[in-house]
Amino acid sequence: MIWIDTLVQGVLLGGLYALFAAGLSLVFGVMRLVNLAHGDLIVLAAFVILSVATALNLNPFVAAVIAIPVMFAVGWVLQTYLLNRVLGDDILPPLLVTFGLSVVIQNGLLELFSADSRKLTAGSIEAESVSLGGVTVGVMPLLTFVSAVLVIFALNQIFYRTKLGRAFRATSDDREAVGLMGIRPNNVFAIATGIAMVVATIAALYLGIRANFDPSIGPARLLYAFEAVIIGGLGSLWGTLAGGVIIGVSQALGAAINPEWQILSGHVAFVVVLLVRPRGLFPRSKD
Amino acid sequence: MSDPRKITRLIQLMGLAGVVLLFLVPVIGSRALVQDLFGVLTLLILAQNWNLLAGFAGLVSVGQQAFVGVGAYAMFACVILLGMDPLVGIAVGGVAAMLLAIPMAFFSFRLAGAYFAIGTWVVAEITRLCFAQWKALGGGTGTSLPKGTTKTMFGVPEIKSWLGGSSSAASDALTYWLALILALATLIAAYLFLKSRMGLGLQALRDNEEAARSVGVNPTRLKAWVFMLTAFGTGLCGALLFIQITRVTPEAAFSVLDWTAFVIFITVIGGIGTLPGPIIGVIVFYFLQRTLADYGTVYLIVLGCLGIAVMLFARRGLWGLFTEKTGIELLSLRQLPPTENQAR
Amino acid sequence: MEPILSTHGLTAHYGDFQALFGVDIDVRQGETIAIIGANGAGKSTLMRAITGLLQNAPDAITLRGEGIGALSAPEVLERGISMVPEGRRLFPSLSVEENLLIGGHTRTGNGVWNLETVYEIVPILKERRDHPGTALSGGQQQMVAIGRALMSNPDVLLCDELSLGLAPVVIKEIYASFPKIKERGASVVVVEQDIGQAMKIADRVYCMMEGRVTLQGRPDELSREDIHNAYFGVAS
Repeated sequence: MIWIDTLVQGVLLGGLYALFAAGLSLVFGVMRLVNLAHGDLIVLAAFVILSVATALNLNPFVAAVIAIPVMFAVGWVLQTYLLNRVLGDDILPPLLVTFGLSVVIQNGLLELFSADSRKLTAGSIEAESVSLGGVTVGVMPLLTFVSAVLVIFALNQIFYRTKLGRAFRATSDDREAVGLMGIRPNNVFAIATGIAMVVATIAALYLGIRANFDPSIGPARLLYAFEAVIIGGLGSLWGTLAGGVIIGVSQALGAAINPEWQILSGHVAFVVVLLVRPRGLFPRSKD
Repeated sequence: MSDPRKITRLIQLMGLAGVVLLFLVPVIGSRALVQDLFGVLTLLILAQNWNLLAGFAGLVSVGQQAFVGVGAYAMFACVILLGMDPLVGIAVGGVAAMLLAIPMAFFSFRLAGAYFAIGTWVVAEITRLCFAQWKALGGGTGTSLPKGTTKTMFGVPEIKSWLGGSSSAASDALTYWLALILALATLIAAYLFLKSRMGLGLQALRDNEEAARSVGVNPTRLKAWVFMLTAFGTGLCGALLFIQITRVTPEAAFSVLDWTAFVIFITVIGGIGTLPGPIIGVIVFYFLQRTLADYGTVYLIVLGCLGIAVMLFARRGLWGLFTEKTGIELLSLRQLPPTENQAR
Repeated sequence: MEPILSTHGLTAHYGDFQALFGVDIDVRQGETIAIIGANGAGKSTLMRAITGLLQNAPDAITLRGEGIGALSAPEVLERGISMVPEGRRLFPSLSVEENLLIGGHTRTGNGVWNLETVYEIVPILKERRDHPGTALSGGQQQMVAIGRALMSNPDVLLCDELSLGLAPVVIKEIYASFPKIKERGASVVVVEQDIGQAMKIADRVYCMMEGRVTLQGRPDELSREDIHNAYFGVAS
């Protein structure tokens, strides 16, 4: 029974990781950008929610609604004025620029908010739990997982069912030819990064309610997110969810054996999956 | 005086004089200066290795801290568990890092393009977490070198009797000289390597992988060699660093900020893909760190912004800008006869 | 009649290589122009310059008198010029129908072309609407590319090397749809290496060689010899 419990906790944890990863997956799918600052942008979003919640004395869920357009704008500006200028055949500039951005955001937050641990407080919901067929699960982890599924479902709908999604896919296929269709790739990329930041804000909301955060935790979250994206198969959103769940379950199982092994098990699972399936579980196309 | 070749000659002579001066620092300089410069030189070694990896072989690793950490831990294991001299431990550290590079390459080379960076980073994290389990070396809290180890290190008594002063100062001098020699050796080795058949193949690969393949360059094998060799250099440097620090913890030995992030910025700002780049970068870094020392993490923000600015406006860094503006080249890797060079 | 689209001494460079040397062409309302010439004559470069994929001086290209030479591809499209690019350039991630729809992504114009009317002239595309665009035969893919370019209801339709890599029968089929396209009012510029095909559909022909226009005129005015000389550059 304890194993089923561990498994369920792991799956739910995977939901959080999938939320971390969904934005990355989208951005990679559209513009082949590997954003090393994504983890720090999630932490930035958490601080935005915290600031809004404190200043206006709001519940973090309400504060997040205000933070979402702010973060969309952050993503849009970042892409338009910085990232679009370094996208290209050479992989080095975007990697190094996002790496620099990561350090700047991390230390900027450190200057502004100090290294103290913070938390978003959502009231009694944090302690509530429900029983699912004999396994007791917290409402927050459950909500996180459900949100992850909804977010990925929504992203998929956007990607495959809307005019915007059509532009995303076409731009990803052939950046020059979309110009002949009247589509400006730089605008498409800016919107994609804006959406990725919206997802990052949702991830930040759950991150901040479920655990303490401080400016330094971005890179570790970034790694979990990337692991989820890579083992899920590049460009596949549902694959990203599966990847998140695999990392989450591995961490939970590892922790059940020895608490010191939690993080290590997640990383090892990543390596093992890639050794068996070099292109991940659900690769979208032959990149 | 406007003749670039004359200026080049002058700079080369100044460089030579600088090297001689650097060798004399422990004799004529203060101990604080020796320690400061030790820090600079070790960063330079790490930057040179990363530059070879990312700037020449196109392997953007964010996992170099793995090699520093393994080098450091291997040296500690030699001293504490096997009772060896730390200097032997340095060599073992280099070899250990190279051994780690084999499975690491096997794994991360599967990840295409930018995801290679993530792969190396994950492997570095795994290595850190594994070493945190090594109870004989203190597990997660780490351990120190036994008291007096560095004072009785091979060569220290001799240096002490030669220079005078304390044993600690003599051991600082020794590690300093080792760092200087390693930095110079790395520079010369990199130059000779890049001028060699393999090195030319590597640069051909950077320009056009298909063409390079068609003239018989095996990209994967070549890159794997560079990965292993730079791992060796980085491991040596890691072991050397921690002889001076004398205390090792998983967090410090596998720090992504100290051993990879700084190194990346140093190389990028100085000029990635150029041999003098890391030297310029490390000088800029040193002065930034000193000037902004009182403002907490501000220098990190400045460093990050500088790195971004370089990528936006001058992809070959400060050295690239300098070369472009003046026509002066040092350690040039271009295969052009000097007359044509002058005609530019 | 005033031309709708003109180039005036158009030049183009790829780095140090000059591909066009002062090209002047005029396209009038409702006219079909064929541009012929050997490989490397600069035909595709001319198309890329007109559509904004290559930047130029503002007044080097005019559309209804407005200088459009310095505009980007999306801006040129908005003003009513669309192109069937060389090699078709369908989007592999999009279905046939989506490939057509994206042609009208930013501009639908006010004309007759929409999904229905495109399917009318090429019914097979309607059957295959949910297939990936790149899963069709070469000729069908070319029809998707043409349909895609029509979806913005352009005033000028540029077609770059429609017959490249296709069987003669298929080429014939593709050009069979041209009268229907013309009858709905657009001016058409086709770049063709197949001289016979070009002569059949064109009102006027320009022949290019080494980045210059070497011959122009109505198909019935031009002798085989003129064309041969203009095409291969034999001194006359």
